[in-house]
Amino acid sequence: MTENRVLLEINDLCVKYGAIPAVKQVNLRLYQGEIVALIGTNGSGKTTVLRTISGIVRASQGNIRFEGSEITKLEPHRIVQRGISHVPEGRGVFADLTVLENLKMGAYIRKDKAAIRQDIEQMFSLFPRLAERKNQLAGTMSGGEQQMLAIARALMARPKLLLLDEPSMGLAPLIVKEIFRAIRSVNREGVSVLLVEQNTKMALAAANRGYVMETGSIVVQGDAEELKNNAVVKTVYLGMH
Amino acid sequence: MFLQQLVNGLTIGVIYALIALGYTMVYGILKMVNFAHGDIFMFGSFLGLFFMKHLHMPLYLAFLLSAAATSAIGVVIERVAYRPLRTADRIVPLISALGVSTFLVSLAQKLWGTEMHPFPTAFGRGTVTVGSITFSEIQILILVLSFILMLGLHLFVTRTKTGTAMRATSMSLTNAALMGINTNHMISLAFAIGSALAACAGIMVGIYYNAVYPTMGYMAGINAFTAAVLGGIGSIPGAMLGGILLGVVENLGGAYISTQYQSVISFTILIIVLMIRPTGILGKKDINKV
Repeated sequence: MTENRVLLEINDLCVKYGAIPAVKQVNLRLYQGEIVALIGTNGSGKTTVLRTISGIVRASQGNIRFEGSEITKLEPHRIVQRGISHVPEGRGVFADLTVLENLKMGAYIRKDKAAIRQDIEQMFSLFPRLAERKNQLAGTMSGGEQQMLAIARALMARPKLLLLDEPSMGLAPLIVKEIFRAIRSVNREGVSVLLVEQNTKMALAAANRGYVMETGSIVVQGDAEELKNNAVVKTVYLGMH
Repeated sequence: MFLQQLVNGLTIGVIYALIALGYTMVYGILKMVNFAHGDIFMFGSFLGLFFMKHLHMPLYLAFLLSAAATSAIGVVIERVAYRPLRTADRIVPLISALGVSTFLVSLAQKLWGTEMHPFPTAFGRGTVTVGSITFSEIQILILVLSFILMLGLHLFVTRTKTGTAMRATSMSLTNAALMGINTNHMISLAFAIGSALAACAGIMVGIYYNAVYPTMGYMAGINAFTAAVLGGIGSIPGAMLGGILLGVVENLGGAYISTQYQSVISFTILIIVLMIRPTGILGKKDINKV
Protein backbone atom coordinates (compact mmCIF):
# COMPACT_ATOMS: atom_id res chain seq x y z
CA MET A 1 0.00 0.00 0.00
CA THR A 2 1.32 3.40 -0.98
CA GLU A 3 0.02 5.80 1.60
CA ASN A 4 1.49 8.92 0.07
CA ARG A 5 -0.78 9.88 -2.82
CA VAL A 6 -4.25 11.26 -2.21
CA LEU A 7 -6.66 9.78 -4.74
CA LEU A 8 -9.94 11.22 -3.52
CA GLU A 9 -10.35 14.35 -1.51
CA ILE A 10 -13.67 15.65 -0.20
CA ASN A 11 -13.60 19.15 1.25
CA ASP A 12 -16.37 20.71 3.36
CA LEU A 13 -19.04 18.87 1.40
CA CYS A 14 -22.66 19.85 2.02
CA VAL A 15 -25.63 18.28 0.24
CA LYS A 16 -29.27 19.20 0.63
CA TYR A 17 -32.45 17.47 -0.47
CA GLY A 18 -34.68 20.48 -0.90
CA ALA A 19 -34.23 22.38 2.32
CA ILE A 20 -33.16 19.36 4.32
CA PRO A 21 -29.42 18.95 4.80
CA ALA A 22 -28.31 15.36 4.23
CA VAL A 23 -24.55 15.88 4.38
CA LYS A 24 -22.94 18.59 6.50
CA GLN A 25 -19.33 19.75 6.14
CA VAL A 26 -17.87 16.37 5.35
CA ASN A 27 -14.11 16.07 4.88
CA LEU A 28 -12.67 12.79 3.71
CA ARG A 29 -9.39 11.57 2.19
CA LEU A 30 -8.71 8.37 0.42
CA TYR A 31 -5.12 7.45 -0.44
CA GLN A 32 -4.18 5.39 -3.44
CA GLY A 33 -4.53 1.69 -2.75
CA GLU A 34 -6.63 2.02 0.37
CA ILE A 35 -9.91 0.51 1.43
CA VAL A 36 -11.75 3.15 3.39
CA ALA A 37 -14.94 2.25 5.22
CA LEU A 38 -17.70 4.80 5.70
CA ILE A 39 -19.94 3.49 8.42
CA GLY A 40 -22.95 4.77 10.28
CA THR A 41 -26.62 4.08 10.84
CA ASN A 42 -29.40 4.24 8.30
CA GLY A 43 -30.00 7.77 7.05
CA SER A 44 -26.71 9.16 8.30
CA GLY A 45 -25.78 10.43 4.82
CA LYS A 46 -23.32 7.74 3.69
CA THR A 47 -25.18 6.92 0.49
CA THR A 48 -25.55 10.60 -0.31
CA VAL A 49 -21.78 11.06 -0.06
CA LEU A 50 -21.26 8.27 -2.61
CA ARG A 51 -23.98 9.62 -4.89
CA THR A 52 -22.40 13.06 -4.80
CA ILE A 53 -18.98 11.65 -5.68
CA SER A 54 -20.40 9.96 -8.76
CA GLY A 55 -22.38 13.05 -9.79
CA ILE A 56 -25.92 11.74 -9.36
CA VAL A 57 -26.55 14.22 -6.57
CA ARG A 58 -25.19 17.77 -6.62
CA ALA A 59 -23.19 19.33 -3.82
CA SER A 60 -24.61 22.54 -2.42
CA GLN A 61 -21.22 23.49 -0.96
CA GLY A 62 -17.68 22.21 -0.89
CA ASN A 63 -15.79 20.28 -3.52
CA ILE A 64 -14.62 16.83 -4.50
CA ARG A 65 -11.24 16.28 -6.09
CA PHE A 66 -10.06 13.12 -7.80
CA GLU A 67 -6.38 12.69 -8.70
CA GLY A 68 -5.91 16.35 -7.96
CA SER A 69 -8.59 17.78 -10.25
CA GLU A 70 -12.05 18.88 -9.29
CA ILE A 71 -14.95 16.64 -10.33
CA THR A 72 -17.71 18.27 -8.29
CA LYS A 73 -19.66 19.61 -11.25
CA LEU A 74 -18.97 16.89 -13.81
CA GLU A 75 -21.82 14.83 -15.24
CA PRO A 76 -21.97 11.21 -14.01
CA HIS A 77 -20.73 9.69 -17.28
CA ARG A 78 -17.68 11.97 -17.23
CA ILE A 79 -16.86 10.87 -13.70
CA VAL A 80 -16.93 7.23 -14.81
CA GLN A 81 -14.47 8.18 -17.56
CA ARG A 82 -12.17 9.67 -14.93
CA GLY A 83 -11.92 6.26 -13.27
CA ILE A 84 -14.62 6.06 -10.59
CA SER A 85 -17.14 3.21 -10.68
CA HIS A 86 -20.12 3.17 -8.35
CA VAL A 87 -21.97 0.03 -7.27
CA PRO A 88 -25.23 1.57 -6.11
CA GLU A 89 -27.35 0.64 -3.14
CA GLY A 90 -29.71 -2.17 -4.15
CA ARG A 91 -27.19 -3.32 -6.81
CA GLY A 92 -28.83 -1.62 -9.77
CA VAL A 93 -28.25 -4.44 -12.25
CA PHE A 94 -30.15 -4.14 -15.53
CA ALA A 95 -32.82 -6.72 -14.83
CA ASP A 96 -33.86 -7.34 -18.43
CA LEU A 97 -30.33 -7.65 -19.76
CA THR A 98 -28.35 -10.86 -19.51
CA VAL A 99 -25.33 -11.21 -17.23
CA LEU A 100 -23.06 -10.87 -20.24
CA GLU A 101 -24.87 -7.76 -21.50
CA ASN A 102 -24.63 -6.23 -18.03
CA LEU A 103 -20.87 -6.82 -18.03
CA LYS A 104 -20.56 -5.29 -21.48
CA MET A 105 -22.46 -2.24 -20.29
CA GLY A 106 -19.92 -1.99 -17.49
CA ALA A 107 -17.26 -1.65 -20.18
CA TYR A 108 -19.31 0.95 -22.07
CA ILE A 109 -16.58 3.60 -21.94
CA ARG A 110 -13.93 1.24 -23.33
CA LYS A 111 -13.15 0.47 -26.94
CA ASP A 112 -10.53 -2.28 -26.53
CA LYS A 113 -12.67 -5.27 -27.51
CA ALA A 114 -10.06 -7.96 -26.99
CA ALA A 115 -9.18 -6.70 -23.52
CA ILE A 116 -12.88 -6.45 -22.64
CA ARG A 117 -13.28 -10.13 -23.51
CA GLN A 118 -10.32 -10.98 -21.30
CA ASP A 119 -11.73 -8.93 -18.45
CA ILE A 120 -15.07 -10.72 -18.74
CA GLU A 121 -13.22 -14.02 -18.32
CA GLN A 122 -11.42 -12.55 -15.34
CA MET A 123 -14.75 -11.56 -13.76
CA PHE A 124 -15.94 -15.12 -14.31
CA SER A 125 -12.94 -16.42 -12.40
CA LEU A 126 -13.52 -13.86 -9.63
CA PHE A 127 -17.19 -14.89 -9.40
CA PRO A 128 -17.58 -18.36 -10.93
CA ARG A 129 -21.33 -18.30 -10.38
CA LEU A 130 -21.64 -15.55 -12.98
CA ALA A 131 -20.00 -17.75 -15.60
CA GLU A 132 -22.68 -20.40 -15.09
CA ARG A 133 -25.36 -17.78 -15.57
CA LYS A 134 -23.88 -15.62 -18.28
CA ASN A 135 -26.89 -15.86 -20.60
CA GLN A 136 -29.47 -15.55 -17.86
CA LEU A 137 -31.42 -12.32 -17.34
CA ALA A 138 -29.93 -10.49 -14.37
CA GLY A 139 -33.35 -9.88 -12.81
CA THR A 140 -33.93 -13.61 -12.40
CA MET A 141 -30.85 -14.14 -10.21
CA SER A 142 -30.62 -14.21 -6.43
CA GLY A 143 -29.65 -11.12 -4.47
CA GLY A 144 -26.13 -12.41 -3.86
CA GLU A 145 -25.57 -13.19 -7.51
CA GLN A 146 -26.88 -9.76 -8.45
CA GLN A 147 -24.43 -8.17 -6.02
CA MET A 148 -21.56 -10.13 -7.57
CA LEU A 149 -22.72 -9.00 -11.00
CA ALA A 150 -22.97 -5.38 -9.87
CA ILE A 151 -19.39 -5.45 -8.57
CA ALA A 152 -18.07 -7.26 -11.64
CA ARG A 153 -19.90 -4.82 -13.89
CA ALA A 154 -18.35 -1.84 -12.10
CA LEU A 155 -14.89 -3.40 -12.44
CA MET A 156 -15.37 -3.81 -16.17
CA ALA A 157 -14.75 -0.07 -16.51
CA ARG A 158 -11.25 -0.68 -15.06
CA PRO A 159 -11.76 1.93 -12.35
CA LYS A 160 -9.08 3.40 -10.14
CA LEU A 161 -11.65 3.88 -7.40
CA LEU A 162 -14.58 1.61 -6.61
CA LEU A 163 -17.50 3.01 -4.64
CA LEU A 164 -19.45 0.25 -2.92
CA ASP A 165 -22.80 0.98 -1.32
CA GLU A 166 -23.89 -1.68 1.19
CA PRO A 167 -22.59 -4.74 -0.66
CA SER A 168 -23.68 -6.99 2.23
CA MET A 169 -27.26 -5.75 2.38
CA GLY A 170 -29.81 -8.54 2.68
CA LEU A 171 -27.33 -11.29 1.91
CA ALA A 172 -26.59 -14.55 3.70
CA PRO A 173 -23.36 -14.57 5.79
CA LEU A 174 -21.64 -17.02 3.47
CA ILE A 175 -22.30 -14.82 0.44
CA VAL A 176 -21.16 -11.75 2.37
CA LYS A 177 -17.85 -13.51 3.07
CA GLU A 178 -17.45 -14.36 -0.60
CA ILE A 179 -18.11 -10.77 -1.61
CA PHE A 180 -15.65 -9.34 0.91
CA ARG A 181 -13.04 -11.84 -0.24
CA ALA A 182 -13.55 -10.50 -3.77
CA ILE A 183 -13.30 -6.90 -2.58
CA ARG A 184 -9.97 -7.61 -0.89
CA SER A 185 -8.68 -9.41 -3.95
CA VAL A 186 -9.69 -6.53 -6.23
CA ASN A 187 -7.96 -4.12 -3.86
CA ARG A 188 -4.77 -6.18 -3.96
CA GLU A 189 -4.78 -5.73 -7.72
CA GLY A 190 -4.58 -1.98 -7.17
CA VAL A 191 -8.17 -0.75 -7.10
CA SER A 192 -8.89 1.65 -4.25
CA VAL A 193 -12.22 1.18 -2.49
CA LEU A 194 -14.60 3.46 -0.65
CA LEU A 195 -16.95 1.14 1.17
CA VAL A 196 -20.25 2.20 2.69
CA GLU A 197 -21.50 -0.42 5.11
CA GLN A 198 -23.89 -1.06 7.95
CA ASN A 199 -22.09 -4.29 8.65
CA THR A 200 -19.45 -2.50 10.70
CA LYS A 201 -17.58 -5.60 11.68
CA MET A 202 -17.01 -6.81 8.15
CA ALA A 203 -16.25 -3.31 6.93
CA LEU A 204 -13.61 -2.59 9.57
CA ALA A 205 -12.06 -6.00 9.09
CA ALA A 206 -11.50 -5.26 5.42
CA ALA A 207 -10.63 -1.57 5.63
CA ASN A 208 -7.39 0.29 6.32
CA ARG A 209 -9.17 3.30 7.70
CA GLY A 210 -12.68 4.30 8.54
CA TYR A 211 -15.01 7.24 9.01
CA VAL A 212 -18.17 7.14 11.12
CA MET A 213 -21.11 9.29 10.05
CA GLU A 214 -24.00 10.44 12.16
CA THR A 215 -26.85 12.66 10.89
CA GLY A 216 -24.83 13.99 7.99
CA SER A 217 -21.53 14.65 9.76
CA ILE A 218 -18.38 12.68 10.36
CA VAL A 219 -18.07 12.09 14.09
CA VAL A 220 -15.17 9.68 14.39
CA GLN A 221 -12.33 8.74 12.07
CA GLY A 222 -9.16 6.75 12.26
CA ASP A 223 -7.36 3.54 11.41
CA ALA A 224 -9.63 0.54 11.22
CA GLU A 225 -7.84 -1.12 14.17
CA GLU A 226 -8.29 2.00 16.23
CA LEU A 227 -11.98 2.27 15.36
CA LYS A 228 -12.63 -1.34 16.35
CA ASN A 229 -11.51 -0.40 19.84
CA ASN A 230 -13.20 3.00 19.92
CA ALA A 231 -15.77 3.13 22.72
CA VAL A 232 -18.52 4.76 20.64
CA VAL A 233 -18.03 2.45 17.69
CA LYS A 234 -17.95 -0.55 19.99
CA THR A 235 -21.25 0.18 21.70
CA VAL A 236 -23.23 1.75 18.88
CA TYR A 237 -22.01 -0.12 15.81
CA LEU A 238 -20.43 -3.33 16.93
CA GLY A 239 -23.03 -4.04 19.60
CA MET A 240 -20.49 -4.72 22.35
CA HIS A 241 -20.88 -3.59 25.90
CA MET B 1 -62.92 -11.98 -47.83
CA PHE B 2 -61.36 -12.85 -44.46
CA LEU B 3 -57.83 -13.05 -45.82
CA GLN B 4 -58.32 -9.82 -47.72
CA GLN B 5 -59.48 -8.06 -44.58
CA LEU B 6 -56.57 -9.57 -42.68
CA VAL B 7 -54.13 -8.11 -45.20
CA ASN B 8 -55.86 -4.73 -45.05
CA GLY B 9 -55.72 -4.87 -41.27
CA LEU B 10 -52.05 -5.83 -41.29
CA THR B 11 -51.30 -2.89 -43.56
CA ILE B 12 -52.75 -0.36 -41.18
CA GLY B 13 -51.46 -2.37 -38.23
CA VAL B 14 -47.81 -2.08 -39.19
CA ILE B 15 -48.33 1.66 -39.64
CA TYR B 16 -49.71 1.87 -36.11
CA ALA B 17 -46.76 -0.18 -34.97
CA LEU B 18 -44.23 2.19 -36.54
CA ILE B 19 -45.83 5.18 -34.85
CA ALA B 20 -46.35 3.30 -31.58
CA LEU B 21 -42.60 2.60 -31.40
CA GLY B 22 -41.95 6.32 -31.00
CA TYR B 23 -44.36 6.55 -28.09
CA THR B 24 -42.98 3.48 -26.42
CA MET B 25 -39.26 4.31 -26.75
CA VAL B 26 -39.73 7.76 -25.28
CA TYR B 27 -42.01 6.48 -22.54
CA GLY B 28 -39.57 3.68 -21.81
CA ILE B 29 -36.83 6.14 -20.91
CA LEU B 30 -38.60 9.27 -19.68
CA LYS B 31 -41.90 7.78 -18.44
CA MET B 32 -43.55 10.53 -20.41
CA VAL B 33 -46.17 10.41 -23.17
CA ASN B 34 -45.00 12.55 -26.05
CA PHE B 35 -48.39 13.89 -27.13
CA ALA B 36 -46.77 15.68 -30.04
CA HIS B 37 -45.69 12.39 -31.63
CA GLY B 38 -48.78 12.15 -33.89
CA ASP B 39 -47.97 15.60 -35.21
CA ILE B 40 -44.37 14.64 -35.81
CA PHE B 41 -45.82 11.86 -37.98
CA MET B 42 -47.90 14.48 -39.82
CA PHE B 43 -44.82 16.66 -40.35
CA GLY B 44 -42.94 13.69 -41.78
CA SER B 45 -45.74 13.16 -44.26
CA PHE B 46 -45.74 16.82 -45.31
CA LEU B 47 -41.96 16.88 -45.66
CA GLY B 48 -42.09 13.79 -47.88
CA LEU B 49 -44.76 15.48 -49.95
CA PHE B 50 -42.66 18.66 -50.15
CA PHE B 51 -39.54 16.83 -51.31
CA MET B 52 -41.46 15.06 -54.06
CA LYS B 53 -43.79 17.79 -55.21
CA HIS B 54 -41.53 20.82 -55.04
CA LEU B 55 -38.06 19.38 -55.28
CA HIS B 56 -39.13 16.56 -57.64
CA MET B 57 -37.22 13.93 -55.77
CA PRO B 58 -37.78 10.22 -56.24
CA LEU B 59 -39.82 8.43 -53.60
CA TYR B 60 -36.91 6.70 -51.89
CA LEU B 61 -35.07 9.99 -51.49
CA ALA B 62 -38.22 11.58 -50.07
CA PHE B 63 -38.31 8.79 -47.48
CA LEU B 64 -34.67 9.24 -46.54
CA LEU B 65 -34.67 13.03 -46.36
CA SER B 66 -38.00 13.26 -44.59
CA ALA B 67 -36.85 10.67 -42.02
CA ALA B 68 -33.64 12.63 -41.44
CA ALA B 69 -35.36 16.01 -41.19
CA THR B 70 -38.14 14.69 -38.98
CA SER B 71 -35.73 13.02 -36.59
CA ALA B 72 -33.93 16.35 -36.29
CA ILE B 73 -37.29 17.97 -35.45
CA GLY B 74 -37.91 15.30 -32.80
CA VAL B 75 -34.49 15.87 -31.25
CA VAL B 76 -34.99 19.64 -31.19
CA ILE B 77 -38.45 19.28 -29.60
CA GLU B 78 -37.00 17.19 -26.78
CA ARG B 79 -34.14 19.62 -26.30
CA VAL B 80 -36.31 22.73 -26.23
CA ALA B 81 -39.65 21.63 -24.82
CA TYR B 82 -38.98 18.60 -22.59
CA ARG B 83 -35.39 18.56 -21.32
CA PRO B 84 -35.63 21.81 -19.32
CA LEU B 85 -38.67 20.31 -17.57
CA ARG B 86 -37.17 16.94 -16.77
CA THR B 87 -36.99 17.43 -13.03
CA ALA B 88 -40.40 19.09 -12.88
CA ASP B 89 -43.60 17.34 -11.84
CA ARG B 90 -44.74 14.71 -14.34
CA ILE B 91 -47.73 16.75 -15.47
CA VAL B 92 -45.53 19.65 -16.63
CA PRO B 93 -43.81 18.02 -19.65
CA LEU B 94 -47.20 16.58 -20.59
CA ILE B 95 -48.66 20.08 -20.88
CA SER B 96 -45.56 21.13 -22.80
CA ALA B 97 -46.15 18.22 -25.20
CA LEU B 98 -49.72 19.39 -25.82
CA GLY B 99 -48.28 22.83 -26.56
CA VAL B 100 -45.80 21.38 -29.04
CA SER B 101 -48.64 19.45 -30.67
CA THR B 102 -50.70 22.62 -31.17
CA PHE B 103 -47.62 24.43 -32.42
CA LEU B 104 -46.84 21.78 -35.04
CA VAL B 105 -50.42 21.67 -36.33
CA SER B 106 -50.59 25.48 -36.55
CA LEU B 107 -47.22 25.63 -38.27
CA ALA B 108 -48.34 23.06 -40.83
CA GLN B 109 -51.53 25.03 -41.45
CA LYS B 110 -49.52 28.19 -41.91
CA LEU B 111 -47.05 26.53 -44.29
CA TRP B 112 -49.36 24.32 -46.31
CA GLY B 113 -52.94 25.43 -45.61
CA THR B 114 -55.71 23.46 -43.95
CA GLU B 115 -56.82 21.49 -47.01
CA MET B 116 -56.00 17.91 -47.98
CA HIS B 117 -53.12 17.44 -50.40
CA PRO B 118 -53.02 14.46 -52.75
CA PHE B 119 -49.72 12.61 -52.89
CA PRO B 120 -48.07 13.21 -56.29
CA THR B 121 -46.89 9.72 -57.07
CA ALA B 122 -47.90 7.25 -59.68
CA PHE B 123 -46.46 4.58 -57.47
CA GLY B 124 -48.72 2.37 -55.47
CA ARG B 125 -51.84 2.50 -57.58
CA GLY B 126 -51.28 -0.79 -59.37
CA THR B 127 -52.36 -4.12 -57.87
CA VAL B 128 -51.04 -7.64 -57.54
CA THR B 129 -53.40 -10.57 -57.05
CA VAL B 130 -52.34 -13.66 -55.16
CA GLY B 131 -55.09 -16.27 -55.03
CA SER B 132 -58.13 -14.53 -53.61
CA ILE B 133 -56.17 -11.62 -52.14
CA THR B 134 -55.52 -8.39 -53.96
CA PHE B 135 -52.54 -6.33 -52.79
CA SER B 136 -52.16 -2.79 -53.97
CA GLU B 137 -48.57 -1.83 -54.67
CA ILE B 138 -48.62 0.60 -51.80
CA GLN B 139 -49.79 -2.19 -49.46
CA ILE B 140 -46.80 -4.24 -50.51
CA LEU B 141 -44.51 -1.27 -49.95
CA ILE B 142 -46.04 -0.63 -46.53
CA LEU B 143 -45.77 -4.27 -45.43
CA VAL B 144 -42.24 -4.78 -46.73
CA LEU B 145 -40.75 -1.46 -45.65
CA SER B 146 -42.38 -1.60 -42.20
CA PHE B 147 -41.12 -5.12 -41.71
CA ILE B 148 -37.59 -4.08 -42.68
CA LEU B 149 -37.69 -1.04 -40.38
CA MET B 150 -38.96 -3.07 -37.42
CA LEU B 151 -36.43 -5.83 -37.99
CA GLY B 152 -33.70 -3.20 -38.26
CA LEU B 153 -34.79 -1.61 -34.99
CA HIS B 154 -34.95 -4.98 -33.29
CA LEU B 155 -31.43 -5.87 -34.42
CA PHE B 156 -30.18 -2.45 -33.37
CA VAL B 157 -31.52 -2.63 -29.83
CA THR B 158 -30.57 -6.27 -29.23
CA ARG B 159 -27.28 -6.66 -31.10
CA THR B 160 -25.41 -3.37 -30.91
CA LYS B 161 -23.64 -1.72 -28.00
CA THR B 162 -25.53 1.56 -28.47
CA GLY B 163 -28.85 -0.28 -28.74
CA THR B 164 -28.13 -2.23 -25.56
CA ALA B 165 -27.17 1.04 -23.86
CA MET B 166 -30.51 2.47 -24.95
CA ARG B 167 -32.34 -0.46 -23.36
CA ALA B 168 -30.22 -0.10 -20.23
CA THR B 169 -31.13 3.59 -20.09
CA SER B 170 -34.82 2.70 -20.29
CA MET B 171 -34.37 0.33 -17.34
CA SER B 172 -32.72 3.01 -15.20
CA LEU B 173 -31.44 6.43 -16.17
CA THR B 174 -29.28 6.64 -13.05
CA ASN B 175 -27.70 3.22 -13.36
CA ALA B 176 -27.05 3.79 -17.06
CA ALA B 177 -25.26 7.04 -16.21
CA LEU B 178 -23.14 5.10 -13.70
CA MET B 179 -21.92 2.93 -16.59
CA GLY B 180 -20.57 6.03 -18.29
CA ILE B 181 -23.50 6.20 -20.72
CA ASN B 182 -24.39 9.75 -21.71
CA THR B 183 -28.10 9.36 -21.02
CA ASN B 184 -29.00 12.61 -22.77
CA HIS B 185 -27.59 11.16 -25.97
CA MET B 186 -29.72 8.06 -25.49
CA ILE B 187 -32.82 10.20 -25.01
CA SER B 188 -32.02 12.18 -28.15
CA LEU B 189 -31.47 8.93 -29.99
CA ALA B 190 -34.88 7.59 -28.88
CA PHE B 191 -36.53 10.76 -30.19
CA ALA B 192 -34.53 10.60 -33.43
CA ILE B 193 -35.42 6.97 -34.16
CA GLY B 194 -39.05 7.35 -33.12
CA SER B 195 -39.47 10.45 -35.29
CA ALA B 196 -37.77 8.87 -38.30
CA LEU B 197 -40.09 5.84 -38.07
CA ALA B 198 -43.10 8.17 -37.75
CA ALA B 199 -41.96 10.09 -40.83
CA CYS B 200 -41.78 6.87 -42.87
CA ALA B 201 -45.24 5.93 -41.60
CA GLY B 202 -46.46 9.44 -42.51
CA ILE B 203 -45.33 9.17 -46.11
CA MET B 204 -46.82 5.70 -46.47
CA VAL B 205 -50.15 6.82 -45.01
CA GLY B 206 -50.08 9.87 -47.29
CA ILE B 207 -49.73 7.62 -50.34
CA TYR B 208 -52.16 4.97 -49.03
CA TYR B 209 -55.04 7.37 -48.48
CA ASN B 210 -53.73 9.87 -51.03
CA ALA B 211 -54.26 12.63 -48.49
CA VAL B 212 -51.91 14.74 -46.38
CA TYR B 213 -53.38 17.35 -44.04
CA PRO B 214 -52.35 19.16 -40.84
CA THR B 215 -54.68 17.31 -38.46
CA MET B 216 -53.89 13.82 -39.82
CA GLY B 217 -51.68 13.14 -36.78
CA TYR B 218 -54.55 13.32 -34.34
CA MET B 219 -56.36 10.04 -34.95
CA ALA B 220 -53.18 8.27 -36.07
CA GLY B 221 -51.55 9.38 -32.84
CA ILE B 222 -54.42 8.22 -30.66
CA ASN B 223 -54.58 4.85 -32.39
CA ALA B 224 -50.83 4.34 -32.21
CA PHE B 225 -50.75 5.36 -28.56
CA THR B 226 -53.55 2.86 -27.93
CA ALA B 227 -51.46 0.25 -29.71
CA ALA B 228 -48.46 1.06 -27.54
CA VAL B 229 -50.55 0.72 -24.36
CA LEU B 230 -52.17 -2.46 -25.65
CA GLY B 231 -48.78 -4.05 -26.29
CA GLY B 232 -47.34 -2.74 -23.02
CA ILE B 233 -45.97 0.79 -23.11
CA GLY B 234 -42.20 0.89 -22.81
CA SER B 235 -41.86 -2.44 -24.61
CA ILE B 236 -40.52 -2.34 -28.17
CA PRO B 237 -41.87 -5.78 -29.22
CA GLY B 238 -45.07 -4.77 -27.41
CA ALA B 239 -45.53 -1.72 -29.64
CA MET B 240 -45.05 -3.88 -32.74
CA LEU B 241 -47.50 -6.51 -31.53
CA GLY B 242 -50.00 -3.96 -30.24
CA GLY B 243 -50.01 -2.04 -33.52
CA ILE B 244 -50.52 -5.10 -35.68
CA LEU B 245 -53.20 -6.48 -33.35
CA LEU B 246 -55.07 -3.21 -33.25
CA GLY B 247 -54.98 -2.78 -37.03
CA VAL B 248 -56.22 -6.31 -37.66
CA VAL B 249 -58.98 -6.22 -35.02
CA GLU B 250 -60.15 -2.81 -36.19
CA ASN B 251 -60.33 -3.97 -39.78
CA LEU B 252 -62.03 -7.27 -39.11
CA GLY B 253 -64.50 -5.50 -36.82
CA GLY B 254 -65.15 -2.94 -39.51
CA ALA B 255 -65.68 -5.61 -42.14
CA TYR B 256 -67.83 -8.02 -40.17
CA ILE B 257 -69.70 -5.73 -37.81
CA SER B 258 -69.72 -2.16 -39.02
CA THR B 259 -67.16 0.42 -40.03
CA GLN B 260 -69.06 2.83 -37.81
CA TYR B 261 -67.98 0.79 -34.82
CA GLN B 262 -64.28 0.48 -35.71
CA SER B 263 -63.06 2.71 -32.90
CA VAL B 264 -65.57 1.25 -30.45
CA ILE B 265 -64.21 -2.20 -31.20
CA SER B 266 -60.56 -1.26 -30.80
CA PHE B 267 -61.12 0.61 -27.55
CA THR B 268 -63.25 -2.24 -26.18
CA ILE B 269 -60.34 -4.58 -26.87
CA LEU B 270 -58.01 -2.14 -25.13
CA ILE B 271 -60.23 -1.97 -22.06
CA ILE B 272 -60.57 -5.75 -21.86
CA VAL B 273 -56.81 -6.30 -22.20
CA LEU B 274 -56.06 -3.69 -19.59
CA MET B 275 -58.57 -5.25 -17.19
CA ILE B 276 -56.84 -8.61 -17.52
CA ARG B 277 -53.27 -7.28 -17.84
CA PRO B 278 -52.96 -3.68 -16.62
CA THR B 279 -49.42 -3.43 -17.99
CA GLY B 280 -50.43 -4.43 -21.52
CA ILE B 281 -49.69 -7.69 -23.34
CA LEU B 282 -45.88 -7.61 -23.10
CA GLY B 283 -45.54 -4.88 -20.47
CA LYS B 284 -43.66 -5.55 -17.28
CA LYS B 285 -44.51 -4.50 -13.81
CA ASP B 286 -41.88 -2.39 -12.13
CA ILE B 287 -40.77 -4.86 -9.53
CA ASN B 288 -37.35 -4.23 -8.09
CA LYS B 289 -35.91 -7.16 -6.26
CA VAL B 290 -34.20 -6.05 -3.09
